[in-house]
Amino acid sequence: MSSGASNFVGSVDGVFLLSIIISVFFLVLITTMMIYFVIKYSRKRNPKAVNVHSNTLLEVTWTIIPLILVLILFWYGWVGYKEMVDIPEDAMTVEVTAQMWLWKFKYETGKVTDSLYVPVKKAVKLILTSNDVNHAFFIPAFRVKKDVYPGTKRTIWFIANDVGEYDIACAEYCGLNHSYMYSKIFVMPEAEFKNWLNAVSDEDPKLLEELTGGDEYNSENQ
Amino acid sequence: MASDAAVIETNGNEPSYLDYKGKHSGIKGWLLSTDHKRIGILYMIGILAFFFVGVFLGFLMRLELISPGETIVSAETYNQFFTLHGVIMIFLFIIPGIPAIFGNFFLPILIGAKDVAFPRLNLFSWYLYLTGGTLALLSIVMPGGPADTGWTFYIPYSVRTDTNVILSLSAAFILGFSSLLTGLNFITTVHRLRAPGMTWFKMPLSVWSFYATAWVQVLATPIIAITLMLVAIERLFHIGIFDPALGGDPVLYQHLFWIYSHPAVYIMIIPAMGIVSEIIPVFAHRTIFGYKFIAFSSIAIALFGSLVWAHHMFTAGMSDAGQLIFSLLTMIVAIPSAIKVFNWVATLYKGSIDLATPMLYVLAFIFLFSIGGLTGVMQGVISIDIQLHDTAFIVGHFHYVMFGGTGFAMFAAFHYWMPKMFGKMYNRKLAKIAFWFIFIGFNFLYFPMLVMGWLGMPRRYYDYLPQFHPYHLISTIGSWILIIGLIIMFYNLFKSLKSGPIVTEKNIWGGETLEWQIDSPPIHENFTEIPVIEERPYVYKDNEPPVEKEETV
Repeated sequence: MSSGASNFVGSVDGVFLLSIIISVFFLVLITTMMIYFVIKYSRKRNPKAVNVHSNTLLEVTWTIIPLILVLILFWYGWVGYKEMVDIPEDAMTVEVTAQMWLWKFKYETGKVTDSLYVPVKKAVKLILTSNDVNHAFFIPAFRVKKDVYPGTKRTIWFIANDVGEYDIACAEYCGLNHSYMYSKIFVMPEAEFKNWLNAVSDEDPKLLEELTGGDEYNSENQ
Repeated sequence: MASDAAVIETNGNEPSYLDYKGKHSGIKGWLLSTDHKRIGILYMIGILAFFFVGVFLGFLMRLELISPGETIVSAETYNQFFTLHGVIMIFLFIIPGIPAIFGNFFLPILIGAKDVAFPRLNLFSWYLYLTGGTLALLSIVMPGGPADTGWTFYIPYSVRTDTNVILSLSAAFILGFSSLLTGLNFITTVHRLRAPGMTWFKMPLSVWSFYATAWVQVLATPIIAITLMLVAIERLFHIGIFDPALGGDPVLYQHLFWIYSHPAVYIMIIPAMGIVSEIIPVFAHRTIFGYKFIAFSSIAIALFGSLVWAHHMFTAGMSDAGQLIFSLLTMIVAIPSAIKVFNWVATLYKGSIDLATPMLYVLAFIFLFSIGGLTGVMQGVISIDIQLHDTAFIVGHFHYVMFGGTGFAMFAAFHYWMPKMFGKMYNRKLAKIAFWFIFIGFNFLYFPMLVMGWLGMPRRYYDYLPQFHPYHLISTIGSWILIIGLIIMFYNLFKSLKSGPIVTEKNIWGGETLEWQIDSPPIHENFTEIPVIEERPYVYKDNEPPVEKEETV
């Protein structure tokens, strides 16, 4: 039943496809008309032009039809967006902190990692904040993106549909190593995820220290 | 406008504005000239110089991205490249672009005036432009190097980086004033200096577009000026306005920035639309279709365009009501642009079309601007924008609008008006060859960005994942084709200035606006006698059946 890597993929891709169909239709219409007129009414074939001033019916038609189409697109975009902000109450929470140029993820048990681990087919809520400058949390495969600011918290959520691993990128320019601020999200079967969450961390302790320490925003920039 | 009553006579002895000797001569005769035509040329020199710098930076960026990992420069240098490329192309090329060059040169002529309303202010604006440009270039050589923040200067990063942000901000600040004063000048000129008989609906459509643009310049520019000053104050005195570490709000900065910078997009595109509306009737040799719809859509774009800024911030986290309103208004602002496109295409119907170089660029404009506009609509759809925001898709989209739109319109204007401005003709065949290089290279360069953006390639990335390599490679090859075209085009134009055949004809294209009734190049004050306007523009009476053609003189 899964229609993509996350619960948002179906809706976002659906309206994207619709917008592409509409766009291609208009682009082809405009271009074909243009080429047709240029050939048919070239100065060689048609040395004498005819003045056609205006046609109100035509003007109204090509105002109303595009207007209706963009309003339809607007509506589906809005509905899709509403899903992204209506967070289910039973969602599992992970606190995400961004800093130049890495992500850290803190789970309900207090466990901290530099990649995101989530159970499949469960609502996951991320609370995002930054230690330094603006970043943006972006999982391209999930159609999920949110700007991350220092000093405030932003929230997003999703349900991962399939077990697997996907990229997490930083989408808001944040300085020197912006393009290396990649992380991974690992989607695991629920039982496996529970075991992982309760097990003693197998992460490199040095890395963990680095991740949990250095809260630049709170310590240095007051 | 081609009023049979007002055939303009020149006595043939008056020197052109290029040879005119006023109070000063030589280089001073240019640097201290208040002649709107000479100031237009001064702008042209400045704007083209910066354009070449911007293109070169763009070329280096594409070269860096030809393969993953470090190719030619470090990450820091690359970040400075894209900032400088953005600042130069936006503040020094596209925003002044068409109004400063062609608005200055032709606006007074098109309305039958001898100059703009405030000629000295006009010259002052050019000096402001020059000062701003110099500061931007200075930031490159000063210790610290050019800003690495992106042209948007988002806070808090722009408060923290050690690069020369203040210099770049001052440059943008001063350039803002240049733009604002030009706008003020144009508004006054259009209101006060139209020739007798030229009512609003007898104005050429480019005048409408310069007028609409001027209002946006005057109303929106002060906001960016204040915002940039606040950033400078925050950096210098550590007063918390936008930086959360000092108790400020970074999202407030983004709002203020886009309240100007989105309308600025229309400052960039509306004059280009004016050029297109001017050129199509001439080369289709018939009256424009839907004059009033085109005129009013300029005003509608200027109005609605001022109310959609927060669509740059759909991922920033606004209230639901905010998201809803800004998405809805964004959808609506697409409509006047669509109306223009349909009217332009309809103007080709039953015309007698001459595919000269200006017309080629204009038709390419319609195609590329349509792609830019339609991809813009996609981004206005909130749920799609969540995926597209801050990806290469955005970069592709705005290059389709800004370069494929405004850039191509400017190239069209060069080929259309240069014979009038300098009395010299370029090589027409070579001009068409250059066009095809530019058009094909353009699409190879920017279309892959749309694809990889949707697939998740973020923008402002020095390095990228291997799956994006094919798109980057095609894009870089496209940049080479485009640049070859640009080199051919400018070689052709510059060569024509030196050794092109002399144009003595007043009206080489068969245009019916006023500039085609005066000398090529025009005399010092344009007209020996101010014309009296009796007709709407673009009448093309010779198309009408002979019965209607009554001689009025």
